[in-house]
Amino acid sequence: MSTVVDIRNLGVEFATDAGRVTAVDGMNLTVAPGEILAIVGESGSGKSVTAKTILGLLPDTALTSGAVLLSNREGQDTHDVVQLTGERLREVRGRDVAMVFQEPSTALNPVYTVGWQIAEGIRAHGRIGRRQAKNMAVDILRRVGIPDPEKRVDYYPHQFSGGQKQRVVIAMALVLNPGLIVADEPTTALDVTVQAEILDLLRRCRDEFGTAIVLITHNMGVVADLADRVVVMYQSKLVEQADVETLFSSPREEYTRTLLGSVPRLGNGADRGPAPAPHSELGTPVVEARDLQIEYPGRLGVPAFRAVQGVTFTVAPGEVLGLVGESGSGKTTIGRAIAGLTPVTGGSLSVLGHEMLGIRESDFRPVRSEIGFVFQDPATSFNPRLTIAECVAEPLVVHGRAKDAGAARSRVDELLEAVHLPKAFGSRFPHELSGGQRQRASLARALALEPTLLIADEPTSALDVSVQARVLELFRELQQQFGFAALFISHDLAVVDMLADRIAVLLKGQLIEVGAGADVLGAPRHPYTRRLLASLPVPDPVEQRARRAELHRLRSTE
Amino acid sequence: MVFRSATAEQQTPRKPSLFSRLPVVAQLRQSVGLQRGMLIAGVVLTGMFVLCALLAPLIAPYGFAQSRVDGVAFGRQEPPSAENIWGTTVGGYDVFSRVIWGTQTALAVVVIAVVLSIFLGVILGLVSGYLGGWLDRILVVIADAIYPFPTLLLAIVMSIVITGGQSSLIGGILSAAISITVIFIPQYFRVVRSEVVRLKAEAFVESAKVIGASTRRIMFLHVLRNATRTLPLIVTLNASEAILTLAGLGFLGFGIAPTSAAEWGYDLNRALADTASGIWWTGVFPGVAIVLFVLGLTLVGESVNDISDPRLRARKRLKKKKDVSA
Repeated sequence: MSTVVDIRNLGVEFATDAGRVTAVDGMNLTVAPGEILAIVGESGSGKSVTAKTILGLLPDTALTSGAVLLSNREGQDTHDVVQLTGERLREVRGRDVAMVFQEPSTALNPVYTVGWQIAEGIRAHGRIGRRQAKNMAVDILRRVGIPDPEKRVDYYPHQFSGGQKQRVVIAMALVLNPGLIVADEPTTALDVTVQAEILDLLRRCRDEFGTAIVLITHNMGVVADLADRVVVMYQSKLVEQADVETLFSSPREEYTRTLLGSVPRLGNGADRGPAPAPHSELGTPVVEARDLQIEYPGRLGVPAFRAVQGVTFTVAPGEVLGLVGESGSGKTTIGRAIAGLTPVTGGSLSVLGHEMLGIRESDFRPVRSEIGFVFQDPATSFNPRLTIAECVAEPLVVHGRAKDAGAARSRVDELLEAVHLPKAFGSRFPHELSGGQRQRASLARALALEPTLLIADEPTSALDVSVQARVLELFRELQQQFGFAALFISHDLAVVDMLADRIAVLLKGQLIEVGAGADVLGAPRHPYTRRLLASLPVPDPVEQRARRAELHRLRSTE
Repeated sequence: MVFRSATAEQQTPRKPSLFSRLPVVAQLRQSVGLQRGMLIAGVVLTGMFVLCALLAPLIAPYGFAQSRVDGVAFGRQEPPSAENIWGTTVGGYDVFSRVIWGTQTALAVVVIAVVLSIFLGVILGLVSGYLGGWLDRILVVIADAIYPFPTLLLAIVMSIVITGGQSSLIGGILSAAISITVIFIPQYFRVVRSEVVRLKAEAFVESAKVIGASTRRIMFLHVLRNATRTLPLIVTLNASEAILTLAGLGFLGFGIAPTSAAEWGYDLNRALADTASGIWWTGVFPGVAIVLFVLGLTLVGESVNDISDPRLRARKRLKKKKDVSA
């Protein structure tokens, strides 16, 4: 059987400050022509390093052993990429193997037109005239679905949307018609609806161009949607490899089963327990927004940007409201406004009985003890110079419940216990904890004063799936125990479904749908909600195929 | 190796001792190869000069303004001999003694200048960066206005303003130090301000705000402690610049009178006429002292900069392991 790439006993080690670190160990892998192979695993499992080895993109500090045999499209010419250097390596890149990066906005050079950037790749591999290269660029842009390519070939990257930028990056990868494309988390930085389009495009790459794809991802839904065969990596080693149906229906290894089990699925929210009390019976709302408007002031001559316009909703005591929307929909802005981090510019927002429109910081400060906030990125939300105990004690000290961090230690220990962290972690520094542990500590800090309202801004989107599952579980447990009201902000419908009593959907700063979780997800009224739901890939290849058809039908009717 | 570090992580991590976390010491432990060589050379050179300054009364055979011993004058421009191992100057002083005493002056100026400017610069940068508004704008304009001045010219002006051009030991050292301070404050101000502006948007500062911490608490506990990372680097680089500025002032005649203290720049100035008549020892020794002290400090500064930055830090290359399967 011919292969596009044949990885034999690959080992990669890095020289770091902590000494020798093994990133990939004894990896064996083949990719057949026209096959889509997904490599999945948690962060740090070595999946990206494996992919980069195929292009010879590892830094100087890496030591590679084994062989990566890369064949060209016709299969007559084979190179061992590990042995190639300099000019020879450059010849192979782009012609035999190309790469699609995670973040399209940084993968394109902002000072050159996209046409120039595509032509650069063409002209680096042969004597091709400027005019001819440009024609090829126009042609490839048309084929990846950029409308009006004759004109847009002269556009700069900032003139494209995120999804279109990723299309351009894919066009750059396709233009020399390589036999293999390595796509490193190609849809992670994109919204769900855009993700579905890019996945369609990648599938077309294979169908129309016959290109094999190595897909690196942590999203099992994406895997189910696109892959033919799946390789699971864990702690630098290959754990399991199987075709996609087999892997999802009967995973062999324990680790694969845990990984699949932790993926949040839509519709699992139903087992939340007894149905919550009707909304009106829960008493005075904790948060009440009426016709809320939030504007960010523009610079000189630029009109203000209206991030939130005319949004009306309430959060009742003890209720979890899930706020869903794509990037730029204003969901984070609303959360920040409730916490008093972003000023309200119009309408009315009442938080715990305080009107936020035009409130002074000194009047709001005492109210802050009633509000907890969990930030998205656990890596930056702790002061790196303070220990975890000092960080968690901070709200207690600020609001005069304890004299200093030492006096608060017994309460801090209780809190750490409540979030299932060992007491000893209190004397560690934030960087000595993993992402999931840090996010638990962040929860402990937010709950230190037993707030009546907790705002969680994408608390799990920076975490691995298996870790995410545990943090979500903890969140639900704590919510039931402490009974706080919560605003849970997320772009992931399945995550919101697990926790929220009610769900509000935002689109471009406007609230388009709000209602009980089962209603919004079960019978969405707004077409956008319907499309959002259909775009979410589910971790089941058979079901996903049906959903894909449904999404295509939805798109064509719109 | 990998195995060992994995088990070490499971135990409660031991906090490294205070000594090993000090700047320079911490970098020394991390460094390898050429970078380590540069850092060690810099530390040794700088340490030598600091020792000279501290032990000057023991090392120097004569006082810096001493031109005769036991009532017998050294003589002027005498070549190196057993009595004056590096010869004597045109003013009849012992070159070796003046070079040794000169380290004391240089070190005093460096320490005073750096301490003064670091405190003012950091406080101004912190307040300006965190509070913003009109205060920030005014301070930035002032800092920008000081920048384009040639440092030496500014130092001369300050020195005239402070002492009227002539000076005693304390007055001379202070005027030199303060004139250097004026140049350095904007540097610390800028560096700290830009760090503070960056940190202000970090999630942990916002989380402190959400908790309800007071502005002063946020500024000093959360922002300042994280904004001082680059300061050791600027301190070492500024210290070397301070020596050059001091020497420049002395060379131009705005320094300290030879009877008040020994100062290399002044000695160089006096040695200017000697070069034509083949008298090398009066100029070479103070000149070499300036070069070596500045070189030492710069080596420390540059290598600390490279080693603190994980992207520039050199690491031991991995060798192919023999296949030892455990």
